[in-house]
Amino acid sequence: MITTNPFAQLNAQAPDLFTPGLMQAFIILMVLLVIGGTIFDVLHKKSAKYFFENTKKGQKNAKREVSSAERKGLMVKTLTNEVLTSSEFSNQKRRMSHLLTMYGFIIFVATTAIMIFAYPTVADGTPAILPLLWHLGAIMLCVGGYWFWFAIRVDVAAEGNPWYKISYRADMFILSLLATCTFALLWSFTSGMGIFFALFIASTVFLFGGVIWSKFAHMFFKPAAAYEKRVVQADGSNEGLPTVPDLSSSEVHEKFPDIPTYMGKNPPNMGPGIRREPAKHY
Amino acid sequence: MPTYVHMTRCDGCGECVDICPSDIMHIDKTIRRAYNIEPNMCWECYSCVKACPHHAIDVRGYADFTPLGSSVRVHRDEEKGVIAWRIIFRNGTKDWELLAPITTKPWGSAIPDLNTASEPSEEARNSQYLYNEPKYIRMDEGGIHTLETNKLVMREGVYY
Repeated sequence: MITTNPFAQLNAQAPDLFTPGLMQAFIILMVLLVIGGTIFDVLHKKSAKYFFENTKKGQKNAKREVSSAERKGLMVKTLTNEVLTSSEFSNQKRRMSHLLTMYGFIIFVATTAIMIFAYPTVADGTPAILPLLWHLGAIMLCVGGYWFWFAIRVDVAAEGNPWYKISYRADMFILSLLATCTFALLWSFTSGMGIFFALFIASTVFLFGGVIWSKFAHMFFKPAAAYEKRVVQADGSNEGLPTVPDLSSSEVHEKFPDIPTYMGKNPPNMGPGIRREPAKHY
Repeated sequence: MPTYVHMTRCDGCGECVDICPSDIMHIDKTIRRAYNIEPNMCWECYSCVKACPHHAIDVRGYADFTPLGSSVRVHRDEEKGVIAWRIIFRNGTKDWELLAPITTKPWGSAIPDLNTASEPSEEARNSQYLYNEPKYIRMDEGGIHTLETNKLVMREGVYY
């Protein structure tokens, strides 16, 4: 069951209605909705304009020049840390959930597109790995998404609201994402029952069509912002933040005599303070 | 002046919501970022500023220590046990870094065990001192500081 291509099965069940052309056109429509919605979102919020203006403003406080070789290195570091492992999250639960949903979504969408464009009918003979990955992607989305919905969502984790208290505009993305992966799995496991397929399509359109007010644009501006953060740390402006120097150096002892007086010449690692407890005091 | 959140740096993690003693930092229901719901009630205690892992919250500097429009940003490093400030004037004439210790021993290592500490005596409980005040507040032995003991006189009016 999890090695059968559900789209090929769909074509087999109704070959005149669900032609390969229709399915492929639907995918292209979804892609256009995402591209159009993201561009509209970026223009409407003026986020790109703000980002470049902020970068220029920060460069005024730069203490050194960052070479293009160094910039390339920082870009690679951003890719390997913030993009591939979501290291920007300091809360490890949020990070884990984000990794599950991000990779689950990528695997799910990629295998959907491959199966629809390369193996849309039963006669094409889908290699078993593709439906396996499709189901794996949907399961990862479900695990990460439901964990987020019930425990990690900030309204629940920090504000103490019950999980069923929905905020219409803010929660539509996660709910449509959960609906998409849940109905995809239900549709597949009930061997193509019509109602689950209809709900799957409805939630998919809602998900991709609603990108204007949802989180899709973040996959572009988050890596850009993370790269910019590394660049300002390298050039010394550091967004106006101070850098903590080496506390055992003599220059620091001369400039800030409180440090050697109260902490000694070689202060030890003091361990976590307020971070000893997880944030759970609402 | 109260705290404000840089919406582009905030990721809605809720650390500030958790730590605010006035319960005035909350998450906006639509855009899912933190904001100060009642700036009038903000004490500028800097709890949210220190707790934010992305340095997304700032307090505007008061005019008594920095001119209007300055960038006043703080980084509290728990593991090194220091707090660092950086003040940049808006015309760029000053870019000033400061550093101070915030602990002399590792966190959690010197919490007194009040079960084993001796009870204050009847005399101590009836006196004007707070618990351990003579030992921890005063630098010398003697009575509490008053204007008279320090040979100061209260004068009427404002002098500066």
